[in-house]
Amino acid sequence: METRTYEDVLREAALADENIVVMTAENRVAIRNLPGVLGSRFIDVGIAEQTMVGAAAGLALRGRKPVVHALATFLTMRAFEFIRTDVGIGNLPVKLVGGVAGFLSDGNGPTHQALEDISLMRGIPHMQVFSPADGEDMVIGLPSILASASPCYIRYNALPAPVRHSPEFRPGKAEVAAEGSDVAILVHGFLLREVMRALPLLREQGLSVRVVNMRMLQPVDQEEILRGARETRLLVTVEDHFLTGGLATIVAEVLDRARTRAHHLPIALDGWFTPGLLDPVLAAEGFTGPQIAEKILNAFQDNKG
Amino acid sequence: MDQKRIEELQQTALRVREHIIRMSTDGGCFIGASLSCADILVYMYGEVLSAAPSRTADPERDYLFLSKGHDVPALYGTLAEFGFIDRSRLSNHLKTHDAIYWHPNRRVPGVEFHSGSLGHLISVGIGVALDIKMRGESNRVYVVMGDGELNEGSVWEALLVAHARNLDNLVAVIDRNQFQANVRTEELSMLDPLEPKFEAFGWPAVRADGHDFRSLESAFARTSPDGRPHVIIADTVRGKGLPSIEARADRWFVNFSHDEVAMLIEELHGTGKAALVSETLMVR
Repeated sequence: METRTYEDVLREAALADENIVVMTAENRVAIRNLPGVLGSRFIDVGIAEQTMVGAAAGLALRGRKPVVHALATFLTMRAFEFIRTDVGIGNLPVKLVGGVAGFLSDGNGPTHQALEDISLMRGIPHMQVFSPADGEDMVIGLPSILASASPCYIRYNALPAPVRHSPEFRPGKAEVAAEGSDVAILVHGFLLREVMRALPLLREQGLSVRVVNMRMLQPVDQEEILRGARETRLLVTVEDHFLTGGLATIVAEVLDRARTRAHHLPIALDGWFTPGLLDPVLAAEGFTGPQIAEKILNAFQDNKG
Repeated sequence: MDQKRIEELQQTALRVREHIIRMSTDGGCFIGASLSCADILVYMYGEVLSAAPSRTADPERDYLFLSKGHDVPALYGTLAEFGFIDRSRLSNHLKTHDAIYWHPNRRVPGVEFHSGSLGHLISVGIGVALDIKMRGESNRVYVVMGDGELNEGSVWEALLVAHARNLDNLVAVIDRNQFQANVRTEELSMLDPLEPKFEAFGWPAVRADGHDFRSLESAFARTSPDGRPHVIIADTVRGKGLPSIEARADRWFVNFSHDEVAMLIEELHGTGKAALVSETLMVR
C-alpha cells in the first residue's frame, strides 16, 4: 500500500531533479515542510496568483518545472488568462495544483467552490487534467505527471483511499475499481468513496455494476467510456463539478465523436452547493452513497420500462 | 464620544468576541482575523455608519463591505449585537439549513455582498461609490480589508481608479494585524512602509489604534470628503482579547473543543487562563 504523502513524493522528485521549483500563493497546507528542504527552490509569492503563474511561466522558459499551489478557485479562475496565455500558449511544463476543489471546500461558501475548474482547464490545448480519487491515487499518479513535459492541472485530494488502487498509472488510462455489466459508473475525484458506498446497495438490488475511477480527464480514457456505453445498459457519471464542461460533457463528446449512443445519467451540480461540513453537505446535495444508489436505480428502472 | 459611550461600545465588543469564540468549535472559524477587526466593526456600526436593520435596502444608507471575508464571525457577531440578525442565529454556524458559514453572503441581513476571494470588494465598492456620485447622494462606502489582502494586484488597480474618479465617498479601512494566514506579512511580501504607498496612489492615509475607540474616532474624523478617497490603517493584534492565541501564526483558523471554548471565554473576561490542547492548523 502507498503510504507516502503528496509532500513526500514532491520532496523526492525535487531532490532528484533540481529543475523542480515549488511555488505557492501563500497556501502551504500541502507543502509545509518543503521550504527548509528546497531553500531557494521554494517560492512563496504571497496572495498573488496571477503573478505566481506568470513567474512560473518565466521559470519554465529557463528550463525549470514549477509546481504551483493555490486554492483551486483562485488558481484556475483568478489566474485563468495567465494560465491560458503564458502556460497554455507556451505549452510549458507548469504543474498547477488546486486545493479544496469541488465539495472539499465544505464550509467556505461559493467563493471557494471550484466547480468549473475542470471545464476551464480542459479547455486549454495541451493541458492535462488529473483528478485523483484520494491521497493514495494522487501519490500513485504524481511521478508520471511530474515527469511529463505537458502542463497539468492537479485537483488536489488527500482524503483516505476507499479502495486499494492499482499502482500502475498511465496518463489517459482509467482504473476499473469494480467490474459489472448492467451499469457503468464513471467517477472522478473523492466521490469514488460515495460510489463505493452505493455499490453494495445496487448489487443488493440485483444489478451488476462497473465502477471506473477516471483519474485523468485530459487526456481522457475514451476506450473505457465507449466500453461502458457498449457493454452496459446505463452509463452514469458522478462528479462534484458543474454539469457543464466536466465529465458529463466529456462523455457526451466522446460518444458523439464515436457515433455511439448510450443511456447517460449525469450526476453533477447545476449550481453552487450549500456550505457546511462535508458529510452534511453531501446529504443536503444528494451525493451520499445511498442517494447516488437511489438515483441510479430509478434511472435503471426507467430505462427498462 | 463620552466615556460612557466608550464603555458601552467596549461591552458590545466583548459580546462580539464571545460570539466569535463560540463559533470557533464544531468545524471552527478564522478566529485570529475576526478578533483583530472586532473593535473596528463595532466602532463603525456604533459611530460611523448611517445604517440600521430597518434600512438594509435604503439606497442612501452607508455601505460597509467586508472584503477580507474570512473574518466574518466578527461581522456576524456585530450584526447580531446591532439587531440586524437574531443572536440565536449564530448557533447555526456551519449548519446546512442556514447561511452562516466561513465567508459572508447576502442571505444574512446587513451583509452587503459576498466575499472570500481577496481583493474584490474595493472594486465593488468603487462601483457603488460611483453610482452614489452619479445620483448626487451623500452616503459613503467603507471597505474593510486585510493587510495580507494587499498582496493582490487587483487592490492596486482599484486604488488607481478610485483616485482617478475622485471618489471621496470611499474609505478603505485596513485591519493591520501584521499576519496573513500562516506568516507575518513582513516576512513574505513586505508591506511597510504602507502610508507612502497609499499616498503615492493619491489616497491620504491616517493611522489608528484599531482597538482604541478614541483613536478610531479621530481617524474617521479625518476622512471627510475632500475630492480624494481615504484610507485608515488600523493597527491591530491578531487574536486580540485572548492572550493564549494573540499574535500567533498558527492560530489563524481554529477548531477548538467545547472545553477550550469555555476556557477561552473565561480568559476573555479575565477570570481564567485557557490551557489549549487542540492541534494548531495551517490551512487555506
